[in-house]
Amino acid sequence: MTLARKDVAKVAMLARLALSDAEIDTMTGELSKIVGFVSLLEEIDTAAVAPLAHPLDTQNAFRDDVPAASLTTAEALQSAPRHDGECFLVPAVLGESGAA
Amino acid sequence: MTKPAAPTAEPFTTVIGLEVHVQLQTKTKLFCGCSTTFGAPPNTQVCPVCLGLPGSLPVMNREAFSLAIKAALALECRIAPFTKWDRKNYFYPDLPKGYQISQFDLPFSSDGWLEVVDPKGAFSRKVGVIRVHLEEDAGKSMHDEAAGTADTRIDLNRAGTPLCEIVSQPDLRSPQEARAWLNELKLLLVYLGVSDCNMQEGSLRVDANVNLHIPRPDGSLAKTPIVEIKNMNSFRSVERALAYETARQYDEWQATGAELGTTPKQTRGWDDPAGVTRAQRHKEESSDYRYFPDPDLVPVTVSEEQIAAAKALMGTPPTVLRTTLAEKWKISAYDADVLVNQGRELVGYFEDVATRVGEGKVASNWLQQDVLRTLNERGETIDEFPIRPDALADLIRRVQNGDFDTSRGREIFAEVLTSGRSVADVVASLGIAAVGQDELIALCKELIAANPKIVADVQGGKEQAAAGLIGQAKKKNPNVNPAKVRQMCVDLIKALELPTRTPEA
Amino acid sequence: MQPAELSAVEIVAAIRQGDMTAVQCTEAFLDRAARLDGSINAFLKIDREGALETAAAIDARRKAGKPLGALAGLPVAVKDALCTRDLPTTCASKMLAGFRPPYDADTVARLRAADAVIVGKTNMDEFAMGGSNENSAFGPVKNPWDLSRAPGGSSGGSAACVAADMAPVAIGSDTGGSIRQPAGLCGITGLKPTYGRVSRRGLVAFASSLDQIGPMARSAADCALVLETIAGHDPRDSTSLTAEVPRYSELLEQPLTGLKIGRVAEHYAEGLDPEVRKGVDEAYAVFEAAGATVHDIELPHAKYGVPTYYLIAPCEASSNLARYDGAHYGHRAEPGTGHQAEPAGGHRAESGSSQHFDSPLVEMYCRSRGEGFGPEVKRRIMLGTYALSAGYYDAYYAKALKVRRLIRQDYLDAFAKVDLIGGPVSATPAFKLGEKTGDPLAMYLVDLYTVATNLAGVGGISFPCGFTRGGLPVGFQLQGPALAEPLLLRATDRFQRLTDWHLRRPKQTA
Ligand SMILES: [Mg+2]
Ligand SMILES: [Zn+2]
Repeated sequence: MTLARKDVAKVAMLARLALSDAEIDTMTGELSKIVGFVSLLEEIDTAAVAPLAHPLDTQNAFRDDVPAASLTTAEALQSAPRHDGECFLVPAVLGESGAA
Repeated sequence: MTKPAAPTAEPFTTVIGLEVHVQLQTKTKLFCGCSTTFGAPPNTQVCPVCLGLPGSLPVMNREAFSLAIKAALALECRIAPFTKWDRKNYFYPDLPKGYQISQFDLPFSSDGWLEVVDPKGAFSRKVGVIRVHLEEDAGKSMHDEAAGTADTRIDLNRAGTPLCEIVSQPDLRSPQEARAWLNELKLLLVYLGVSDCNMQEGSLRVDANVNLHIPRPDGSLAKTPIVEIKNMNSFRSVERALAYETARQYDEWQATGAELGTTPKQTRGWDDPAGVTRAQRHKEESSDYRYFPDPDLVPVTVSEEQIAAAKALMGTPPTVLRTTLAEKWKISAYDADVLVNQGRELVGYFEDVATRVGEGKVASNWLQQDVLRTLNERGETIDEFPIRPDALADLIRRVQNGDFDTSRGREIFAEVLTSGRSVADVVASLGIAAVGQDELIALCKELIAANPKIVADVQGGKEQAAAGLIGQAKKKNPNVNPAKVRQMCVDLIKALELPTRTPEA
Repeated sequence: MQPAELSAVEIVAAIRQGDMTAVQCTEAFLDRAARLDGSINAFLKIDREGALETAAAIDARRKAGKPLGALAGLPVAVKDALCTRDLPTTCASKMLAGFRPPYDADTVARLRAADAVIVGKTNMDEFAMGGSNENSAFGPVKNPWDLSRAPGGSSGGSAACVAADMAPVAIGSDTGGSIRQPAGLCGITGLKPTYGRVSRRGLVAFASSLDQIGPMARSAADCALVLETIAGHDPRDSTSLTAEVPRYSELLEQPLTGLKIGRVAEHYAEGLDPEVRKGVDEAYAVFEAAGATVHDIELPHAKYGVPTYYLIAPCEASSNLARYDGAHYGHRAEPGTGHQAEPAGGHRAESGSSQHFDSPLVEMYCRSRGEGFGPEVKRRIMLGTYALSAGYYDAYYAKALKVRRLIRQDYLDAFAKVDLIGGPVSATPAFKLGEKTGDPLAMYLVDLYTVATNLAGVGGISFPCGFTRGGLPVGFQLQGPALAEPLLLRATDRFQRLTDWHLRRPKQTA
């Protein structure tokens, strides 16, 4: 199993990781090896097996709709790299949120 | 059954599907105890969970889940016995965890519908609902280039607010239908207390998917590429944007012949002042959301008993209420529609008044002609309206008793509204004491004596001539009831000089 | 009285009885840490001032006759993966340098409420990713038994500080063996409880469906004491178990007569060090002498544990670590001159990059993450992102979830036959620092015997069962069914009453 360099570069962008060309080269080799290793799983027939995403069998963990104390704005912003005392500041966001 | 759309002049069929996000009416966020109150100063309703701080964990709000179930049941959806939460991964500064907790392959409900009927009969459309799912909202990004910095400011008060996402089938066939369907959806959700659907406060947001099916001369169908329209801030904008986009797509198809499948799905933003949609930049990689089950949350199971209990507590939806209201109060379907479309509170007000006066039609008339107009003028809701049902019923009963006529009643209505005094007070202060029987006889005798021509006409069999006396009577005493004046005058004229002919009865 | 020579149980009793003050005890451990940690690097932060203040307050309350918590005066070191309100929490990453959480992890809050004294935050592999503690952004931890060797990881700092008596107990976290493996390599006792037994709230998430906090100490009795305090339902962790917490330390006495211990053929695979094998075999003999019986069982999917783990854990991690993007807290790269990648400290002309960023925001994200994360964290983020991405999900992530079910089924089948499963915790004793750093895959295989416990969500404990001729500890692992902590602790305690391996101390730190 080998990954192409351009796939690795694409994944790096998806993961928002700046990698130098040298890092991408190294990563391409390492990921190819690791992906080859995990492909060992292909030898197991899992056609009749349901996925298990979580070890717990529990369900229905809820909380009541009762307000709890929030942090102060100062606490919320205390570790922010940049803020104006009210809001977090980030470099210009152009275009639309991908939200919702 | 769905009636076919009214024939249009357009040489194509418009195909519209809507994606609606509504904020659920909870006190706290979906996964933490922070308040959801609108309008608080930035970053005052945040905690480690909704800030996405390291180590923080979500716990599902029970009320949000039951409100969402209510919405899904009202939309006739099938409720999944087992549902789970997934992470939708993407980077954006209003999304502090780097993923949105949403539902992907196992939404809690699917396969429903909501019908919209145009009261004027222009269309009737049963629109399929593909799915309803629960998810958390993002925060707010504010771009303030005027302040002289290129920074974007992030307020996370909204982050984690519970949303219900409702995705319709592409069953709508015109911008008008789309708007009407949204109105019906909003009405339903507001009736059930699921959401306040306030678009100004972001409690309801709509995206629309639209394309055209254009018959070719050979009988085959050309389908234009689907466009998703965003940034519509009112239902009116939705209608306008869709109308614009429909025309634009037809022009583009004629110019380029581009069809569905040949180009990727496009996103266009609605520019309301300019009245146009504009293409938005679309990154190929941005749609790879890498959904997977959120390991911080456990699944939810819903039993048949829970669904039955939720149905029992649901209250009457508008569609049912329209019918029951018309039947119970013997008002027209049109009147029932107008009242129901004003919301549950107005219907409550109406039923209160109708019960007190013992009749629906007259209460409906007063509501539609006087109350609604006043509410519009004053920009008030029925809850804020100063004339409460008992006062309006009092006024209507006095009109029904013949204490005064409807136009006099309207004057009193206006005075009660501005002065805030009771109906009785206003009636007294305007000197609108009911006119006594003796007073009425004396007045009518005076009029008969002064109008021999009318007397002769009445005697000649033209009873309607007595109406000519009403204006004079009102001049002498504005409180007299015109109908009573007319009847009294006729009676007096007939008693004055028995006609030569034999009376009929 | 030398506090460093006492067990946690003895320390708590001594302070309660007034034989020693909390300040005396805390000071003794802090002094050792000040003397020794320069060469071991087990701590990222020693909070001398805060610890002595807490200890003094406890002494004052005791003097005033006020009630004290169950761990009153007991010094505890906490892995830097747990949020502490008044102490920096970095997860040994540059990404979180300077981060101060505005809240305490549930475990930390429970420790404080029980009047434990938090002496500092321990070193670890960055974001708990690693098996040697060499992935710390703040330098590797040295194994107190041989400073040229790794202590194991990722809770290597916690293991080393207990092994060197710089704290009587420490808190670790275990996603694929991160408590048990370093405990084994450092000659101490480490318990990974059943998934959900200890709240994860405030534990910086690595892989949420696998992470579990647990105690690390010299003995099972000490682990039992600490687990009593930190276990229990947390309504603010949806995955926290509601089952009542037993009084673990009161359940140790019962003999092991009739206990069935499974021995797994798959554990004797190639690569098992002969000295480790010898220690493991002798441990089975000790259990038999204590009245237990040993039975050969199978875990047919054991060899798939590591590849399964190295898909599921990176997938969850790629999402869990998305929040470290420089926007709201943590490291943010300085604005660049253009939207072109430029690795930290590098020169574009030399190191070059063909990456292009769409906006200043995307550049900030990529560069902050590129600078803030170390190589192993980047590798796992890349692997997880790839395995979840369009077109690969079914082949990798979904496939791993199916094998996970088979692995769990192996355990359920095994526990139908035996009460506990025994075996080595690591195939080799502590390896040399640097020995495996060039080969990520070789490093992944150090988790061979431990990852399946986490995949199945059950509990496991590791403890010393001998030493190599070179003087390195050999670790034994017991795994039990869900919520079998009383049995794991009882079996280990019985072993420790019959042996003295857990009482040996490294010479270099005497
Ligand atoms: Mg959505
Ligand atoms: Zn919150």
